[in-house]
Amino acid sequence: MTEGFVAVINALPYMLKGSLVTIGVVFGAMGLGLSLGVPLAVGLVYGPGWLRKIIGFYVWFFRGVPLLVLLFLFYFGLFSWMGINFSAFSAGTIVLGLISAAYQSQIFRGAMLSLPEGQLKAARALGMSDVKAILFIILPQALRLSVPGWSNEYSIVLKDSAVTYALGVAEIMARTHFVASRTYQHLPLYIAAGMMYLLMTYIGVKGLRILEKNVRIPGYSY
Amino acid sequence: MEELVYIQHEVLPSLFQGLWISVLLIIPSASLGLVIGILMGAARVFAGRPVMMAANIYVALFRGIPLVVQLFIWYFGLPYFGIYFSPFLASVVAFSLCSGAYHSEYIRGALLSIKKGQMLAAEALGFGRLEMLRSIVLPQALRRALPGCGNELIYLIKYSSLAYMVTCIELTGKGKILASHSFKYTEIFLIVGAFYLVLVSLAGLLLRHMENRLSLPGFEFHRT
Repeated sequence: MTEGFVAVINALPYMLKGSLVTIGVVFGAMGLGLSLGVPLAVGLVYGPGWLRKIIGFYVWFFRGVPLLVLLFLFYFGLFSWMGINFSAFSAGTIVLGLISAAYQSQIFRGAMLSLPEGQLKAARALGMSDVKAILFIILPQALRLSVPGWSNEYSIVLKDSAVTYALGVAEIMARTHFVASRTYQHLPLYIAAGMMYLLMTYIGVKGLRILEKNVRIPGYSY
Repeated sequence: MEELVYIQHEVLPSLFQGLWISVLLIIPSASLGLVIGILMGAARVFAGRPVMMAANIYVALFRGIPLVVQLFIWYFGLPYFGIYFSPFLASVVAFSLCSGAYHSEYIRGALLSIKKGQMLAAEALGFGRLEMLRSIVLPQALRRALPGCGNELIYLIKYSSLAYMVTCIELTGKGKILASHSFKYTEIFLIVGAFYLVLVSLAGLLLRHMENRLSLPGFEFHRT
């Protein structure tokens, strides 16, 4: 018991450094997912038929294939086939981002569809172009509506980031496993790693709840 | 041409073996997960305070800790107590417990969505507690929970690939071994991905079919 405790205390600084890597992966993936997910959602809702089909296929593919398979496919296969030499960290972040984009596009799509259709008509009647109406009328509301869905997605990406260990990204899981296989204190170390993830989920979800409150428009109910 | 022959004679048979192991992982995990989910979901709605608290803690832990960490705890951690699980058993245990925690959320939501008035009405009509559960609460709640639980099944199919991380060689593991022998990563993992897409799409079709079969006119349930 005490040995395990000592092992955890000794490994803690090393594991905490890993949590910085995890945070890097999660932020990169969420950012990529956001910047890809919004245009994908706009395309899904307002795009022409052929574009919708392509985006639909993208979403179907990235939601249907397991994360681990996609990581292997991109890191060992497609990236080197295309002649790009990404580090494990960037490859993991990009793949997680591409997957997150597929999921986030569904969150934004749901939010856009939940807005009353009359708003777009009203914007057109006021002489706004479609692009302007989407940018200044639809998106500001849809993004606010998406924050709860986004906080769900955050906790999923955070947990999925542990899988990038399979590529050798030195995040929490990889470091824990490394220490565990040297000290043989597997159980206490993994429990400590689990607690770190729990804490990070908790902090992130709390932060997003504060964001949700801060961006709320008084008198605008949703 | 040579590649096609290789894929046909070496890759596909091996991947089909892996697929079989994946299915053997998914079926017990899904069934056990559902049973755990129903028990936990019911406990979180109907049980007394201590049991409810315990169930809530279970769900918070198993939903909050990444599945990889859970797998490693069952496989590498338990020998700490002298308990040795095979990779396969460790995976099934981890998948069932994690999946059960997610199922319990959907079941709980569905149970809470049944209006209190219905239970009062059932009591007024002289239903016993069990009879009420069996013929009034569950038929509605399970229908409402079906879309969510179906999603969870699809997640389980995808996350079954993580069993490879504790050296349970299923579909992904077979793919990895073949790919590192032949260096045909792109081709082999595209095929592995296609296998999973087929599994996931089949499960989706089956669930859609079940939802339609079970739908009652006038009783709406929300698709997710």
